[in-house]
Amino acid sequence: MKISALIILLLVFAAFSYFMAKQKITTAYRQRQQKTKILTLPKYFGYVAALCSLLPALIVMLLLQLIEEPYINSEISNYLTHYEHSSDNDLGLYLNEIKSADTADKVAALSAEKQQVYHRYHEIETTTKRTHTTIVLSIAVLFVIWGMRKINTDTPARKVFEKIIEGLLLLAASIAIMTTVGIVFSVLFESTRFFGEVPVLSFMLGTEWSPQTAIRADQVGSSAAFGAVPLFIGTMLISFIALLVSVPLGLMSAIYLSEYASHSVRSVAKPILEILAGIPTVVYGFFAALTVAPWIRGLGESIGLSVASESALAAGLVMGIMIIPFVSSLSDDVLSAVPQSLKEGSLGLGATHSETIIKVLIPAALPGIVGGVLLAASRAIGETMIVVMAAGLAANLTVNPLEAVTTVTVQIVTLLTGDQEFDSAKTLAAFALGLMLFVTTLVLNVIALHVVRKYREQYE
Amino acid sequence: MNNTNAIKRSLKKRHLKERIFKSTGFFSIAVAILFLAVLLTDIVNKAWPAFWQTKIELTVQLDAEKLDLDAYSSKPAIMAADFRWVIREALMNRFPDVKSRQDKRTLYALTSMGAEFQLRDMVIDNPNLIGQTIKVQFMADDDVDAIVKGSIDRTLPESDRRVKNKKLAWIESLESNGQITTGFNGSFFASGDSREPEMAGIKGAIIGSLYTLLVTLSLSFPVAVAAAIYLEEFAPKNKLIDFIEININNLAAVPSIVFGLLGLAVFINFFNLPRSAPVVGGIVLSLMTLPTIIIASRSAIKAVPPSLREAALGLGASKMQSVFHHVLPAALPGILTGTIIGMAQALGETAPLLMIGMVAFIADIPQSVVDPSTVLPIQVFLWADSPERGFLEKTSAAIMVLLCFLIAMNAIAIYLRKKFEKKW
Repeated sequence: MKISALIILLLVFAAFSYFMAKQKITTAYRQRQQKTKILTLPKYFGYVAALCSLLPALIVMLLLQLIEEPYINSEISNYLTHYEHSSDNDLGLYLNEIKSADTADKVAALSAEKQQVYHRYHEIETTTKRTHTTIVLSIAVLFVIWGMRKINTDTPARKVFEKIIEGLLLLAASIAIMTTVGIVFSVLFESTRFFGEVPVLSFMLGTEWSPQTAIRADQVGSSAAFGAVPLFIGTMLISFIALLVSVPLGLMSAIYLSEYASHSVRSVAKPILEILAGIPTVVYGFFAALTVAPWIRGLGESIGLSVASESALAAGLVMGIMIIPFVSSLSDDVLSAVPQSLKEGSLGLGATHSETIIKVLIPAALPGIVGGVLLAASRAIGETMIVVMAAGLAANLTVNPLEAVTTVTVQIVTLLTGDQEFDSAKTLAAFALGLMLFVTTLVLNVIALHVVRKYREQYE
Repeated sequence: MNNTNAIKRSLKKRHLKERIFKSTGFFSIAVAILFLAVLLTDIVNKAWPAFWQTKIELTVQLDAEKLDLDAYSSKPAIMAADFRWVIREALMNRFPDVKSRQDKRTLYALTSMGAEFQLRDMVIDNPNLIGQTIKVQFMADDDVDAIVKGSIDRTLPESDRRVKNKKLAWIESLESNGQITTGFNGSFFASGDSREPEMAGIKGAIIGSLYTLLVTLSLSFPVAVAAAIYLEEFAPKNKLIDFIEININNLAAVPSIVFGLLGLAVFINFFNLPRSAPVVGGIVLSLMTLPTIIIASRSAIKAVPPSLREAALGLGASKMQSVFHHVLPAALPGILTGTIIGMAQALGETAPLLMIGMVAFIADIPQSVVDPSTVLPIQVFLWADSPERGFLEKTSAAIMVLLCFLIAMNAIAIYLRKKFEKKW
């Protein structure tokens, strides 16, 4: 049975158990002498019965779903030993060919031996699926029968129901933890495999990056080099340019909007900044690659500079513009947290508006601003699409913004979007880079959030 | 008096500084706005031609004998018939002077590769056409399209021009005969991706995006709301809850590409979910948007005044009842606004989907959440990478479609906020 059909069946059954339990309790209430008070509404008994039928069955279904495919594969491999298909490498291909035969024509095209395997495969698949469906449905039925026998008018059904719901709510909240754990484990696990092949130090300190391995051992470039320093430098260069653009512009826009701008200007400018924040990064990337980069190149050539067509400057500039709204909204929060009395004191002593801002507001808000800059930096380091489209692929070790550099995120994308085997050092390298990226941004975020929180507490 | 004079003298300077400072602020805003304006006009300008399509009108003879068909032919028979030859004959009839092999090949390239399918579909729809001689407007090749729209300059010397003199002469002859027309490009919205720029459409990507968002919404909305309710209403003060809160705040700032790595390692390699499918994309995006929706929902729940809860509790409702019957409905507009903003973020996201293989070239329109598909931003990325000039305008047009969806979603969010916002 298809999984969606099974789920629908379970839901129908849950609805059925809801009505049964409700009916049972309603009758029980009616038959009772009218002496004692009714403590629980009948519908709560229904809810409990419905949850009884749904929750255990769904959990079992998920678990079975996970082991189903490996189980079928191992069964068919056992069967295949009759045909002496021993080498593991062929086995995957062999199975794929059989599984992909979904039309009668394709089945007919298979060899006689394979047709036999094909039929055996479908036999196994059908029986496994049928068994699973039976298990899931019987669990649902058993739990409902158990629940129906347990409940009577004295059961605190509402409390039971609310406890279950609270547990589900907690489960939903802890998905955040599971996600973090999932991220940490997935990058850590693959990275340790990578560092088994490439020493950590040569990855962190090596200056040559060429992950392409030749197919034959005697070709040029047969050994790949995984020195990530050029990537780190490239990432830092582009992020630095982006911060150079976004921090002053973002901070000044925030100051202008909150201190100088009239109400009408603010009501126009603020939404425009929000639009800037809402534009997908792939659009910025397209713009950077096709409009800004050629423009910068033309500009550079007209004053006699040689500019690479995928210069770090173009990517950095556009990324900077993208981060402006981020910096500006963070600075706005921070600046408005400075107590009004400080500002008024300064103005009262005769300082001009700008002097107040520069000498009182900004120093008072400095920790918060620094926190905002750190968050912006982590944003810039992790930004992917702009650099994938507008920065280069070749790992040049340079800090010249007019040359092409590559970044960590660009390399992750290029390493993982081709058709490679998953276990090659090349794809594992992407996870090692992902680990570096995750750790860096995590550290930046933790520091930034800590600084901002400390700063807020200072004025609360 | 000396002091006063010194102050008066310095005052001018100080006021000048004030004005400079103020105009720097104004300049910053102006830069941002100017950039946005340039970006949008640039994209609209580039996209405009993509919404128009050049067609070539040709007189084709659907000769029953040569095609080996008649008005009663079955659909498979029509599918198998050679319509390419019919179009080639029509082109040869129009330009009888073309003799050499190479010239013929150039001539045949005037119409799109899709022209034969266009003709075939016409015949399938109306088999009575067989045996007739009809005038059909065929989709033009992207080079012809570029010439007609002026994106290839006709006045350039032949050596620098992509379209050579001979071909240009044919196009101009067709033009002077009124056989070249330009109409609204409906097929852009009605077909899937293609290797030929003139045939490539956005429908596959739109449907893929819809499926992906559907999965994202159905996973992230219930989970995020449940999490927000728990953290705001039920959570005790303990280490676990602190840890959850730290995690949510950090996840909101984790680069999106890292979520892609998670999706690749966990959902595709470990759980064996299908590559390139909206279901995996949706799961990854929902993990990514969870923090956004949780944070927005929490502030919406927090904004509901305690008096509401207390009144419910005072009338004998349980804590759970007070939350689900009173607090949640009151907070719903805020929660929905946050959800729509989270969905808009998910719609524009590209990087994590690259990791889980949604970059494959897929010409078919996905039929379910497990079919391989692309999404709008990835379509933009793919087309932006293509060398053909025709894809440049398609890319911009796809961006415009994407931006329209985003604007619509944000407009709904703003409308909801305006309409249901309550000041307690």
